[in-house]
Amino acid sequence: MSGQITIVTGRKKRGGVLLSGLAWIVGLLFVLPVLWMLLTSFHSEEDAAKNPPDVAAPLTLDGYRSFFDTGPWPSIANSLTASILSTALVILLAFPAAYALSIRPVRKWTDVLFFFLSTKMLPVVAGLLPIYLFAQSVGFLDNIWLLIILYTSMNLPIAVWMLRSFLSEVPVEILEAASVDGANLVRTLRSVVAPVVTPGIASAALICFIFSWNELLFARVLTGTVAQTAPVFLTGFVTSQGLFLAKVCAASIVVSLPVLIAGFAAQDKLVQGLSLGAVK
Amino acid sequence: MTVETETRPGRHAAPPPGGEGTLMRRTGDWARRAPLLPALIFMIIVTQLPFVVTIIVSFMDWNAYYPDERGFAGIDNFRRVLTDSNTRSAIWVTILLTAGVVLISLVLGLLIALLLDRKFRGRGVVRTMMITPFLVVPVAAALLWKHALYNPSYGLFNGVLKWLFGDNAPQPDWISNQPLWSIIFALVWQWTPFMMLILLAGLQSRPLDVIEAAGIDGANQWEIFRYMTLPHLRQYLELSALLGSIYVVQNFDAVFTITSGGLGTANLPYTIYQTFYTAHDYGRASAAGVIVVIGTILIATFALRSVSTLFREETGR
Repeated sequence: MSGQITIVTGRKKRGGVLLSGLAWIVGLLFVLPVLWMLLTSFHSEEDAAKNPPDVAAPLTLDGYRSFFDTGPWPSIANSLTASILSTALVILLAFPAAYALSIRPVRKWTDVLFFFLSTKMLPVVAGLLPIYLFAQSVGFLDNIWLLIILYTSMNLPIAVWMLRSFLSEVPVEILEAASVDGANLVRTLRSVVAPVVTPGIASAALICFIFSWNELLFARVLTGTVAQTAPVFLTGFVTSQGLFLAKVCAASIVVSLPVLIAGFAAQDKLVQGLSLGAVK
Repeated sequence: MTVETETRPGRHAAPPPGGEGTLMRRTGDWARRAPLLPALIFMIIVTQLPFVVTIIVSFMDWNAYYPDERGFAGIDNFRRVLTDSNTRSAIWVTILLTAGVVLISLVLGLLIALLLDRKFRGRGVVRTMMITPFLVVPVAAALLWKHALYNPSYGLFNGVLKWLFGDNAPQPDWISNQPLWSIIFALVWQWTPFMMLILLAGLQSRPLDVIEAAGIDGANQWEIFRYMTLPHLRQYLELSALLGSIYVVQNFDAVFTITSGGLGTANLPYTIYQTFYTAHDYGRASAAGVIVVIGTILIATFALRSVSTLFREETGR
């Protein structure tokens, strides 16, 4: 009897090692393209274009240098402005709305909640033309504020859903105590509710920042030379003649860096945000 | 779990009817609505109003190249869009692309989530490695796949083939040979981490004591997975599939970057973008937009029904 048990656990252990090894291999496979991009970005253009690839080629900063020589800073600044301001606007609008959908819910609050989600299903591209025509007629094209407004509308439903799911966990007793003490709505929001849902706000802000930073279609159609964002800058990058692989890799790394840093630093927030707050 | 909606906590219920006067109740209603209004009005203006304009333009003859010929076109645009072979191919591509990416990354995501649900050395590191693809800016990811991996003369894939088989190794042109699959693979690489993260969170919220009890009662691994884990995961699978579909169906970045819509890979967002941005045929682009929206509404109605089960369970807590 005892012999049988050791055999079983022995087999289990071996299977466990195998599965752990498999997990490592899969993880490495998924990160490999990014590592490859990182390595290539530090190679010279000639080494980057070699086939078979030369992994041990000398490292250089030439790729980054020639990327920064093309003047990417205005577009990076535009991306930062659009992402940060739209994220702030989203939280500002979503927080009271989520309050009115959870703590002191309006009538038919589920309908309102699903209205918000349904706007996410409306294909962006279907509203693009009127927005373009409107912006053109009022001289709003190539203006970063247009993107800020559109990114806000793009992310607002996500934030409303997330924050609602967090707010519905605020204990009622605290709120009742606050209202007995005579605190008004704004004070209740700020001093009682906000601290409890700060993690929710952080998750929502992270996701909104990432989605705004990544957005291409609106930025591509509605901006020109002035308000161009970093993803648009990236797409216009490859048209140049000659070898460009190291430069493109360097550019992709630089543009992805803010998202990579934010995402790594807040992995748990990422999960909460991606699941619209359904997973905490 | 079947009576969730009825057992909602009291604070979710509307104020009791009667008692105070109608006027007071009405002001109370507006006080409740006030915090909601800015967000709601903002959304209606920015997302619904343009769509109304799209519907109007879709019935118009309007090409920016011929500004004098603007007028009412009836259902001409719709007829032209629906009989156009490009549009039909775009609809098909959109379905294939979305279904392919969502299904493959859902299955891969589930398998990897199961792998990462065990305790082992370096689990945190592996999880971080897995997340990385999702954190690369989509345009950058598309550029990476197109130039650094797929490129026939210096891409990594053909480089690896040369490593393995020497100078006579086959050097396929991946994108020209399999344009749609090239896009699907690049997107699966980005979306698998997304699915994995949500499913892993779902796995970790399983009631462990029940599963242990099942193991003691003699259920084997497969039975535990089939009859306990999978039903528990169902809502997480639905959620990740729905969210994945919402984003992938609208994909523009990968199609635009990897093939520029060529080689039969133009999906609906790309086709509409082209009709409007390069051909300047506003009437036709709008008609295509309206058709996309109708299609999305049909699909979304089913999808929303499945999310609402998840949602009811949540409020029932």
